[in-house]
Amino acid sequence: MYDKLWLIPFFPLLGCLINGLLGKKIKNEKIIGGIGTLAMVSSFVLSCKYFFQLLGDTVKTHEVVVASWMTVGQLQVDWGFMFDPLTAVMLLVVTGVGSLIHLYSIGYMHGEEGFYRYFAYLNLFAFSMLMLVTGSNALVMFVGWEGVGLCSYLLIGYYFHKKSASDAAKKAFVVNRVGDFGFLIGLFVLYWTLGSHGVWTVNFLEIGKNAHLLGMGSTVVTLVTLCFFLGATGKSAQIPLYTWLPDAMEGPTPVSALIHAATMVTAGVYMIGRMNPLFALSPDTMMVIAVVGGVTALFSASIGLAQNDIKRVLAYSTVSQLGYMFLAMGVGAFTAGIFHLMTHAFFKACLFLGSGSVIHAMHHAYHHAHLHDDPQDMRNMGGLRKKMPITFLTFLVSTIAIAGIPGFSGFFSKDEILWWSFASTRGHVALWVLGACAAGMTAFYMFRLVFMTFFGEQRTHAKAKDHVHESPLVITIPLMVLGLLAVVGGYIGIPHVIGNLVGHIPNYFGDFLAPVFAPTQELYHISAHGTAAAEFGLMGVSVGIALCGIFLAYIMYIKNPALPGKFVASFTGLWRAVFNKWYVDELYDALVVNPTKKIGTFCWKGFDVRVVDGVVNGIGKLINVFSNALRYTQTGFAHNYAMTMALGVVAILAFYVFR
Amino acid sequence: MFTVTVHHYLVVSAILFSLGTIGVLTRRNAIVVFMCIELMLNGVNLSFIALSHFLGNMDGQVFVFFVMTVAAAEAAVGLALMIAFFKHKESIDVEDFNLLKW
Repeated sequence: MYDKLWLIPFFPLLGCLINGLLGKKIKNEKIIGGIGTLAMVSSFVLSCKYFFQLLGDTVKTHEVVVASWMTVGQLQVDWGFMFDPLTAVMLLVVTGVGSLIHLYSIGYMHGEEGFYRYFAYLNLFAFSMLMLVTGSNALVMFVGWEGVGLCSYLLIGYYFHKKSASDAAKKAFVVNRVGDFGFLIGLFVLYWTLGSHGVWTVNFLEIGKNAHLLGMGSTVVTLVTLCFFLGATGKSAQIPLYTWLPDAMEGPTPVSALIHAATMVTAGVYMIGRMNPLFALSPDTMMVIAVVGGVTALFSASIGLAQNDIKRVLAYSTVSQLGYMFLAMGVGAFTAGIFHLMTHAFFKACLFLGSGSVIHAMHHAYHHAHLHDDPQDMRNMGGLRKKMPITFLTFLVSTIAIAGIPGFSGFFSKDEILWWSFASTRGHVALWVLGACAAGMTAFYMFRLVFMTFFGEQRTHAKAKDHVHESPLVITIPLMVLGLLAVVGGYIGIPHVIGNLVGHIPNYFGDFLAPVFAPTQELYHISAHGTAAAEFGLMGVSVGIALCGIFLAYIMYIKNPALPGKFVASFTGLWRAVFNKWYVDELYDALVVNPTKKIGTFCWKGFDVRVVDGVVNGIGKLINVFSNALRYTQTGFAHNYAMTMALGVVAILAFYVFR
Repeated sequence: MFTVTVHHYLVVSAILFSLGTIGVLTRRNAIVVFMCIELMLNGVNLSFIALSHFLGNMDGQVFVFFVMTVAAAEAAVGLALMIAFFKHKESIDVEDFNLLKW
């Protein structure tokens, strides 16, 4: 029934191969971009077909084995793919948003050197991501997991001649590797401990079925899940491994939208969702996840308050929103976490693409005027809403969605998460406070961004001012689609309290995902309890906080533009700390990077050069010294040789005679 | 009556060989050295013949023919070398034969 599932990742792989191998000869941007986009759209169409098939199906979990990969001892690994509601959601998000971003890229990357390379990488990324979400065992997932890391590296370093870009790419790769290491260790430990109970497997369905063998809250299950969570923090940019994501903004903007906002960075959330029976076994790990998620949400939101680079604000916002997702996973609100993943993919992709549209316009204006100002700096923008009406409108809608204003998609998912963090059996009121504060900050910095970019006076250089134009249709169409989704995307998952209020509208999204998460939640008694009044009350409070944030942004950046300057003047120390990202990068440099470099230098100059090379060269020198001494025995006089021979004969004879 | 036994032959052969060895090691004239080598060979030949005779086995005598053949060939090559060397250096002192050294 679902036996063509492997085609979904295969299409982008094919696109990657065509563009990667022949792109240099094809040259025509329309054909290259068309191939790349067509590959994604094909996957999207097939995903839709299977999605609707699944809706009408009574069995919700399907596994398709294409071929055997390896059999080593007890370990049997297949090239297996699975299709269940969770995979379906991820597939639709990845291929849907991916298709739009591919389309957008045709316009955005127009005229760039290495256009074909870009599309080959982008398709390779899509392939890896689709392997990640369709793989039915941890090793196939790991192939995708590493693949997306590689593509992230390649695409961040797309402008590799720029040092900052290649540095950022390396940073992303190395930091991701730290997390991947955790993932692997977790997998090894899980494999061996499950094996000691007689179940040798890396298959997700088998792991889910047999996870209970490890014992509720046992040390080993906590260790395993913490290792997996370390992997998730690397891939999904959570404390302590989040620092690579803001730097990743060096890549082209559509890449930031696809990889560093909508899809790849959600891999960690997906992985936890995929292994929910395992994670639910360890309340300690769940608490760690919730706390890390909540703290990350608040912490990175605070950094976002003071950044001036339009993409950097969005990057910190992404880290913050991912924190929400982990908060949801940690308190057992798996459905809400995945729901937020989806709505976030819509509005954040729209925001990034919108910022890309702005940067594109600014870049062209500066190019026209032969200026070298920074096209990403919001202090050079302002008043763009009349020049770029479509971009402005879609951007505004997505901003309202991310701020959590009722009626827009972000509201439904975010409030579900906040409600669970408050009322879940694994929640805590402190987690709710973290989330609510972050929500306020989110509203503030996002509206600060909108006000600085689209409202007020145009602060662009006078020469470039009139060259700012709306982007072409190929860029604005994806914006419009994503903007629309950012508005209506939430209505498939209306929380029960609101649904009951207006007349028994079910939570379609929750019901759809129930086969994946409900058994775990029932088995381990994870649920959110509370009165409708309490839920409405909390909803009101968080919306109120968000509105306050918006109002504050309005006062500071529209009503009284001098206010931020005064604020900075009176809280210089605080502002500088926030502006410099709380000096976390410097801290990591001092604690990890520089000591590692020192150890490396020691191993190189101290150990390798002195000890290893010393031994090797020493042996050579020793032989030289000896042979130098011995060569004087070769006198050239036949006498001496004859004498030596005779003495030798005498000595040997003497030995035999007198022994 | 004094009987000549194999021991006497062997003692003479050992004396010849030792004289030859001492000559090779001490003399400096290449021709003398060469002659001493012949002396060593003939010392060995003598013990071959004697043992062959007393053991009633012809193998030893056959060996001696081989040794003499080799010695003749050696004499031819060796003398040719010495003449060539003398043309070059106007000396046949072995002390001057010391080019192949460190």
